[in-house]
Amino acid sequence: MEFLDILIVYWPKLLDGALMTMKLTLLGALIAGLLAPSLALFRLRAGAIAQFPFRLYVSFARGTPLLAQMFLIYYGSGQFRPYLQDIGAWQFFRDPFNCALLAFVLNSTAYQTEILRGGLMGVAHGEIEAAKAIGMTHLTALRRVTLPHAYRIAWPALGNEIILLMKASALASVVTVFDLMGQTRLIFSKTFDFSVYIWAAVIYLCLTASFVRIWDYLERRLSPHIHGKRRAALARGRVSA
Amino acid sequence: MLELFSYGDTGWGDELAAGLSVTLQLALATLPVGLALGFLAAACTLSRRRPLKLLGAGYTTIIRGLPELLTLFVVYNGLGLALNALAQWWNPDGGPLELSPFIAGVVALGLVFGGFSGEVLRGAFQALHPGQIEAGQSIGMKPHQIFIRIKLPQVWRFALPGLGNLWINLLKDTALVSVIALDDLMRMTKIAVGVTKQPFVFYLAACCIYWICCVASEFALAGMEKRANRGIRRA
Amino acid sequence: MKRRRIALFAVAAILACGAVTAQAADKLRLGTEGAYPPFNYFDTAGHLVGFDVEIGQALCDHMKVECELVAQDWDGIIPGLLANKYDFIIASMFITDERKRQVDFTDPYYLAAMTHVAAKDSGITEFTNEALQGKIIGAQSGTTQAEFIQTAYPDADIRLYPTQDEVNLDLANGRLDLQVGDMLPMLDWVTKTDDGACCELVGEPITDPKFVGDGVGIAVRQEDDDLRTALNAALAEIRADGTYKKINDKYFTLDVYTMKASSAQ
Repeated sequence: MEFLDILIVYWPKLLDGALMTMKLTLLGALIAGLLAPSLALFRLRAGAIAQFPFRLYVSFARGTPLLAQMFLIYYGSGQFRPYLQDIGAWQFFRDPFNCALLAFVLNSTAYQTEILRGGLMGVAHGEIEAAKAIGMTHLTALRRVTLPHAYRIAWPALGNEIILLMKASALASVVTVFDLMGQTRLIFSKTFDFSVYIWAAVIYLCLTASFVRIWDYLERRLSPHIHGKRRAALARGRVSA
Repeated sequence: MLELFSYGDTGWGDELAAGLSVTLQLALATLPVGLALGFLAAACTLSRRRPLKLLGAGYTTIIRGLPELLTLFVVYNGLGLALNALAQWWNPDGGPLELSPFIAGVVALGLVFGGFSGEVLRGAFQALHPGQIEAGQSIGMKPHQIFIRIKLPQVWRFALPGLGNLWINLLKDTALVSVIALDDLMRMTKIAVGVTKQPFVFYLAACCIYWICCVASEFALAGMEKRANRGIRRA
Repeated sequence: MKRRRIALFAVAAILACGAVTAQAADKLRLGTEGAYPPFNYFDTAGHLVGFDVEIGQALCDHMKVECELVAQDWDGIIPGLLANKYDFIIASMFITDERKRQVDFTDPYYLAAMTHVAAKDSGITEFTNEALQGKIIGAQSGTTQAEFIQTAYPDADIRLYPTQDEVNLDLANGRLDLQVGDMLPMLDWVTKTDDGACCELVGEPITDPKFVGDGVGIAVRQEDDDLRTALNAALAEIRADGTYKKINDKYFTLDVYTMKASSAQ
């Protein structure tokens, strides 16, 4: 069958591409995820003037196409190579993977910060007061009360953001990083067989569907008091409280 | 450096402006197509008939799970092939049909917008109070009257923030059509970079132009939300 | 009454679409890339110019048809021809067997070779897979140069770019150790441009017909035999009456049709 032929011949390349896509997405989301909590707290607590540069950065990251941001970082850094070499940063910018990752991290951090800020604002003030009343320090209250609850509230939106990042990773191919989209375009330019795009679509759908399932599973694990088995059994009337 | 952006034969200002005009035309042409598809998708997903429900849900799930770049390539390459096959079957002797890249861009971006807005509109329709629709029916309103006078104004109010976000994403996604050779702002920027070898200046300028468009849109949307929510008491 | 109005409006909307138009008979559309100086590129006024463009217009004049220029990214240039966005491609496309499966070519309108290009102090003298292992080599994707580097140097770190300009940019700023390009545009780049002054042609020209093909030709759809014959006839005419030489000498010091030094024709 012709439709299958292209998969049989090119599956190693497509697999390489899929692995690169996951690498870019997960690494980008993870680094952004590590930066987001402190930035979200800063965004909530700091004064308006201190916040201004940060709000400018978020507006820029969300108001410009990721494609333009990637070109800016990749070719822009190339233009300034002498200066970058002087400060020893050229080795980093020389690698296209790093440039693409930097663009994704900058983009995802902006979005994740805003999402987490929404989560933090959703934590009832009463909980924080209760934590203080039993003598928790500010940091301990953050660690044991505020942040876990904020993440629980923001969980679905964070999942959405990671999926959007995975789709945006398709743009890495324009700066020579061979993710799934890049491999697909390469195979198409060799064979002109349209079915390779269909296979790429199938693989992307599998990746996003699996991720959604994992994310939903984690959500149930993180909030057993809302989604847990015992709670569900209670609702069904099988177990007495 | 500013002379790079001047109008006329030596500067790139007029080419960038032409590119911006194409970008805005593309976004404005896609909006009605995307909204129409969104309403259709929402209607299908909310319908009681199983096949329609599957169609609606399938469309929104698939479109939301694919990278926009991939959707664009599939439409650009696939639609052309399909149309030609159709033309050949319809009229084997006649000349071939031509599909402009602008239309391919509108179709691809419209499909994406339709998929996402289908979900936003579905949420908005589901938020309607059934009591209001019953009230309309009880005074003898016809279904299309109920739709236009009762449902639509409220759906507009509920869906506006979500649709506004989608509009801003649409503005940014138009940059992708530069990859299929439509002369939008991104593509004119690439050409300017190719000739002048000044990537940083031009890509930064392009980013700023998109940024201004998005910020202006945000202001306009905030104004529209205010007007749509006039007279509503907030909790 | 309202329903009739809606129906009329719908019909008007569909007709007004004008998205699909039938072809006019005596007008041809010429497809080219526009990012490949000196063969096809945009000048600062935004017009498509270059050797390919001028040859194409000369052919159209001799065929007595009006030609419209259409720019298309390289990756989609053959699918664009097959999807009817233009009628023939003049974009420095090498004639290769793999491409012949999709399109038909006219007689070659110039001969070509590929060459390696590196920075002036690169010290690269050997061009074998072992010697270039781990080096970063670039080329434009979808070209025979890309095929060449993927086949000849599989152990190197290969980077493929959407346009030739981007390959040049990255060689100039040091991201690439080496690139493989079409000889004439590369010669033009290193000798005539500011950013190309960083680099020079190295090694012997690559003339293996498996990659270089039978020269550079004009691509047409496989069913357009009439157009192909007409183009071949026009090509012979412009070779005979000196139009080709005039355009050739504007850009190059040698006769690119034969790749020999320019002589009185």
